[in-house]
Amino acid sequence: MNRLKVELPGLSLKNPIMPASGCFGFGKEYAKLYDLSVLGAIMIKATTVETRLGNPTPRVAETASGMLNAIGLQNPGLEKVIAEELVWLEQYDTPIIANVAGTLMEDYVEVAKQISKSKNVHALEINISCPNVKCGGITFGTDPAVAAELTAAVKAVSEVPVYVKLSPNVTDIGEIARAVEAGGADGITMINTLIGMRLDTRTGKPVIANGTGGLSGPAVKPVALRMVYEVAKHVSIPIIGMGGITTVDDVIDFMSAGASAVAVGTANFVDPFVCPTIIEHLPEKLDWLGINHVSELIGRSHR
Amino acid sequence: MIRKERMKVIEQNEIARNIYELTLSGQLVEEMKGAGQFVHIRVSDSYEPLLRRPISIASINHELEQFTMIYRAEGRGTSLLSIKKPGEEVDVLGPLGNGFPVHEAKKGDTVILVGGGIGVPPLYELSKRLVENGVKPIHVLGFQSHDVVFYEEKFSELGDTHIVTVDGSQGHLGFVTSVLAELQQDFSMYFTCGPLPMLEALQNMYPKKKGFLSFEERMGCGIGACFACVCKTTEQCSVDYVKVCSDGPVFPAGVVHI
Ligand SMILES: Cc1cc2nc3c(=O)[nH]c(=O)nc-3n(C[C@H](O)[C@H](O)[C@H](O)COP(=O)(O)OP(=O)(O)OC[C@H]3O[C@@H](n4cnc5c(N)ncnc54)[C@H](O)[C@@H]3O)c2cc1C
Ligand SMILES: Cc1cc2nc3c(=O)[nH]c(=O)nc-3n(C[C@H](O)[C@H](O)[C@H](O)COP(=O)(O)O)c2cc1C
Ligand code: FES
Repeated sequence: MNRLKVELPGLSLKNPIMPASGCFGFGKEYAKLYDLSVLGAIMIKATTVETRLGNPTPRVAETASGMLNAIGLQNPGLEKVIAEELVWLEQYDTPIIANVAGTLMEDYVEVAKQISKSKNVHALEINISCPNVKCGGITFGTDPAVAAELTAAVKAVSEVPVYVKLSPNVTDIGEIARAVEAGGADGITMINTLIGMRLDTRTGKPVIANGTGGLSGPAVKPVALRMVYEVAKHVSIPIIGMGGITTVDDVIDFMSAGASAVAVGTANFVDPFVCPTIIEHLPEKLDWLGINHVSELIGRSHR
Repeated sequence: MIRKERMKVIEQNEIARNIYELTLSGQLVEEMKGAGQFVHIRVSDSYEPLLRRPISIASINHELEQFTMIYRAEGRGTSLLSIKKPGEEVDVLGPLGNGFPVHEAKKGDTVILVGGGIGVPPLYELSKRLVENGVKPIHVLGFQSHDVVFYEEKFSELGDTHIVTVDGSQGHLGFVTSVLAELQQDFSMYFTCGPLPMLEALQNMYPKKKGFLSFEERMGCGIGACFACVCKTTEQCSVDYVKVCSDGPVFPAGVVHI
């Protein structure tokens, strides 16, 4: 029996660990370090219809136990992602979750329609929560009615299950979660980054060229955990949790709060081997907890 | 191949004010190809500070499986690094990036190596390799003031060395460009690492010469995955952008839009 296997809509995961979108590119760099087939899944960098060159630099800044980023959804564009990146990823026995972004609703629909046809894309992650682009992104993620409408529009064209990635930059995360569930989402991924700022103390000016950036890393874990816990009470669709996950204990916490699987973002920059390391040590922790199968962890806090 | 290894501190010395020379040993050294590559260092096992610090490789000793870095202890990360003692371990990811193309210079050539501040270190390994290949390097090294000057003697052993300080407290007064303007010798190409205004000045000064510039940018992953360190390219370049960490940090003159 595989103690780590988790079944989610569209996704048969050999373990519940996957790199988060934007923190793993399209896998090529990490493939030089380890075999990507060990991963439960891979969430690829946000893909938009057109090529995006992103924001000016500096795009990242370190903060207390975390970092800010304002990459600006830089990606080679839909056509290239499908023809080059996804085809290259086919050599691995790992399902791909394609992160879909855009400016207008039509953009999301177009990307979803095309990218969901790729052989190894087993699910979509609709990014309605990117804080670093002027239009689109987060504007879809803060209004429940708009979020539901976008979910339904994407759902109508996608050939694979649709997960919606929620923004933590809202007053009532439960309300948005219920809205996307009603819109037909097959699952929820959360959280994206928290909008933040860092100033250069000498000049008083923002360190990041974009002014604001998205906060991630261990610093956001308590916020992310609370939100996963909250959303798990409100919806019946599965949650892929993320936000500061760095260790096996973090994984246990997110699953206990209600996540069925987890994603690791910023921690990949600190230790590029973090995902395989967590996967390797997860069984020992299950032993320690006296738990047979990882799925027994899901929602433990609520029972 | 890129490796991650806990390397052992062999030696650490303050060689100028707040400038540290740190020698580490470990198998990762086997992978080091040449001058201008860098390593990404995690200075603490905790979450503080979180990100790794990119530092250039200043010299490589394959026989002893050791390499040396020279860095300025300034912020939280480098200050913590500077208190590591011999026998302690440092978490190193590397070697990263593409270094200086040493073989562009041919035996008998004269080349100039221009460094500014903490951009000077990678030029040391470069100069050693050039000399091994029978190339004659001329060093022009700029610093803020006399108390932060380092490696003058070591560079002098390899070739002519001109020290420049902004306040004139050691060597020539002013910037590297003022020394370069008066340089009599002709040269076939230049190699440089330092602050952006210096790289720009050099590129403008020698539009017809072959040159190789090493860039700095804020980094996340250091391996090409996060798009943090992206630079725009000039019109003459076939790609729209380059990543300093994995495409660079060294680029031929005219590639990066400064
Ligand atoms: C390819 C490359 C090679 C380098 N080689 C050397 C070297 O040989 N010697 C040396 O002294 N310095 C070198 N630097 C600069 C060095 O990375 C920074 O001085 C260092 O990261 C500052 O860290 P800190 O803890 O002192 O500062 P903090 O202020 O604590 O740093 C905060 C964050 O900003 C980043 N950061 C701050 N300054 C820089 C900078 N100039 N470049 C990139 N990131 C920065 C840090 O990495 C960290 O993530 C190099 C930079 C690059 C990109
Ligand atoms: C550099 C960087 C780039 C990111 N890019 C994306 C992206 O393209 N799409 C997306 O949905 N989330 C993106 N994110 C957010 C992460 O996927 C994740 O939701 C967030 O960072 C929280 O997890 P962490 O604390 O483990 O990093 C990015 C995060 C970082 C740090
Ligand atoms: S630092 Fe991540 S791409 Fe260069």
